[in-house]
Amino acid sequence: MNAIEQRVVWPPGMVSGAPYWAYQDEATYRLEQKRIFGGAVWNFVCLEADVARPGDYRTTFAGEMPVIVARGEDGEIYAFENRCVHRGALIALDDGGSNAKDFQCVYHAWTYDLKGNLKGVAFEEGSNGKGGMPKDFRKEKHGPRKLYTATLCGLVFASLSDNVPPIEDYLGEAILGRIQRVLCKPTRVIGRFTQALPNNWKLYAENVKDTYHASLLHLFFGTFRITRLTQGGGVLVSEDGGHHASYTIDAPGDAKSEEYAKQGIRSESKEYRLADPSMLDSVDEFGDRIQLQILTVFPGFVLQQINNALAVRQILPKGVGRMELNWTYFGFEDDTPEMRKRRLKQANLVGPAGFVSMEDGCVGGFVQRGVAAAGDEFSMMQMGGDATETDTTRATEASVRGFWKAYRTHMGI
Amino acid sequence: MGATDLTATELNSRLIELNAGYARAIDDGDFEAWPEFFLEDGFYKLTTADNVAQGMEAGLIYADSRNMLRDRVSALRMANIFERHRYRHIVGLPTVLGVEGAGARTDASFLVVRIMRDGTMDLFAAGRYLDRVEAVADGSLRFRERIVVCDSNRFDTLVAIPL
Repeated sequence: MNAIEQRVVWPPGMVSGAPYWAYQDEATYRLEQKRIFGGAVWNFVCLEADVARPGDYRTTFAGEMPVIVARGEDGEIYAFENRCVHRGALIALDDGGSNAKDFQCVYHAWTYDLKGNLKGVAFEEGSNGKGGMPKDFRKEKHGPRKLYTATLCGLVFASLSDNVPPIEDYLGEAILGRIQRVLCKPTRVIGRFTQALPNNWKLYAENVKDTYHASLLHLFFGTFRITRLTQGGGVLVSEDGGHHASYTIDAPGDAKSEEYAKQGIRSESKEYRLADPSMLDSVDEFGDRIQLQILTVFPGFVLQQINNALAVRQILPKGVGRMELNWTYFGFEDDTPEMRKRRLKQANLVGPAGFVSMEDGCVGGFVQRGVAAAGDEFSMMQMGGDATETDTTRATEASVRGFWKAYRTHMGI
Repeated sequence: MGATDLTATELNSRLIELNAGYARAIDDGDFEAWPEFFLEDGFYKLTTADNVAQGMEAGLIYADSRNMLRDRVSALRMANIFERHRYRHIVGLPTVLGVEGAGARTDASFLVVRIMRDGTMDLFAAGRYLDRVEAVADGSLRFRERIVVCDSNRFDTLVAIPL
């Protein structure tokens, strides 16, 4: 054992604190690729609408693994590693396309069908009786790794594991219901943006599950009563801890709002008013007075409803201290022109320039840099105790602890 | 007076003034001056070339009034949290694409360098301003519409200061 490489021990079962080496350690990052993204999880890969017709495809990632998602001629959705089995080059280079009959690697022209089966090897028999592949070479024995796919409410998920449960069981009834609540009819994508974040992917995964920070870091939430910890709402956490849905219910009155002023919290600002409040003109489109719902599926999927601003986000690791967040803003096919306009204006709330979400772009970096010399120290996540259970307050870190519970289970650490 | 009343030379020189003033306001941190380059019911959108090519309407910033831009500035000053930084805009020469009604359709390329408080400098954005401009009473130009079309889909960390 090399003492130089020893790290502080993470007490077994501890989820109310995480050692900071988990955001810094290259070996841990490599293991995550195998055990989390390559393990018994469902990775969100694209929307069903992205591969609507046979021959449509999209390139994306499961963790760091490049993946092609394609609609086969049989109408089924297939996913396979975007890696030529010959010498490892990417098979497809663009973001996606349509009317594809097959995929051909540009390096040596090996071809694959829409299911990822190797179908053609250039000069397989050689040329003029010379060269070529060995006589016992069988194309059907070789191919890029295939992923299982599952579709749910227009979302496509993929998994590398034989042991992953069906998507509905993976999510559990409560989380499933919260996805169905939003994705209740055909969607229409209205914009896509990528945000590069200077932090380990887990810092964003924690942030988005962190119901405690929302109205403290984001002044916009508090001032305009889009969400406040004193409003009605709560957080649902799945049995395994990995998935969550937090929500705010529009409660008339908001009688306890002085609580913020009493805490002396920066986010309580009485003077701040919008010159053009039309952006906040929202409608209760799901008929349940839930103004805001943030939902995550372990390890890297987010579904967001902030008033009428709807989006899905895909968390992709890009090295120990880097990640990308792919935003897809959407509405519904039956949106009226007024509704479309409303969504476009409310999109100001979210994304890399979002009034209520831009801080999430930098706060992970503040942690990444803050803990630079603290690999052997632990974070503290004890708001609301040690449990990872569903709660009716959002002044809790239950869903963040849930993340670590699922993380430790999948990682086996 | 409309942009159509200006000679081509006048229009060009006023476009250069408009773009230079716009960039100077942002780069000097005089954000309050930024909305004033727009008409009251002016439109501003920050988007990407891919979204434009695919007919996707959403923007990172989407404002259909000057007051919405003022709200951006208030939020920047009073609400949003980000690490101190500044921009340096380099705006290319404008091209008049067409003169129609009271205004002109124009465009100009831009590069924006972001300078962080610790001295880190990055090429933060490159793209094209797609504009509709109109002349106001004193003959100077204002934006009826400015669509900031970034060449890249990827934005580093956050976009707090407008482009």
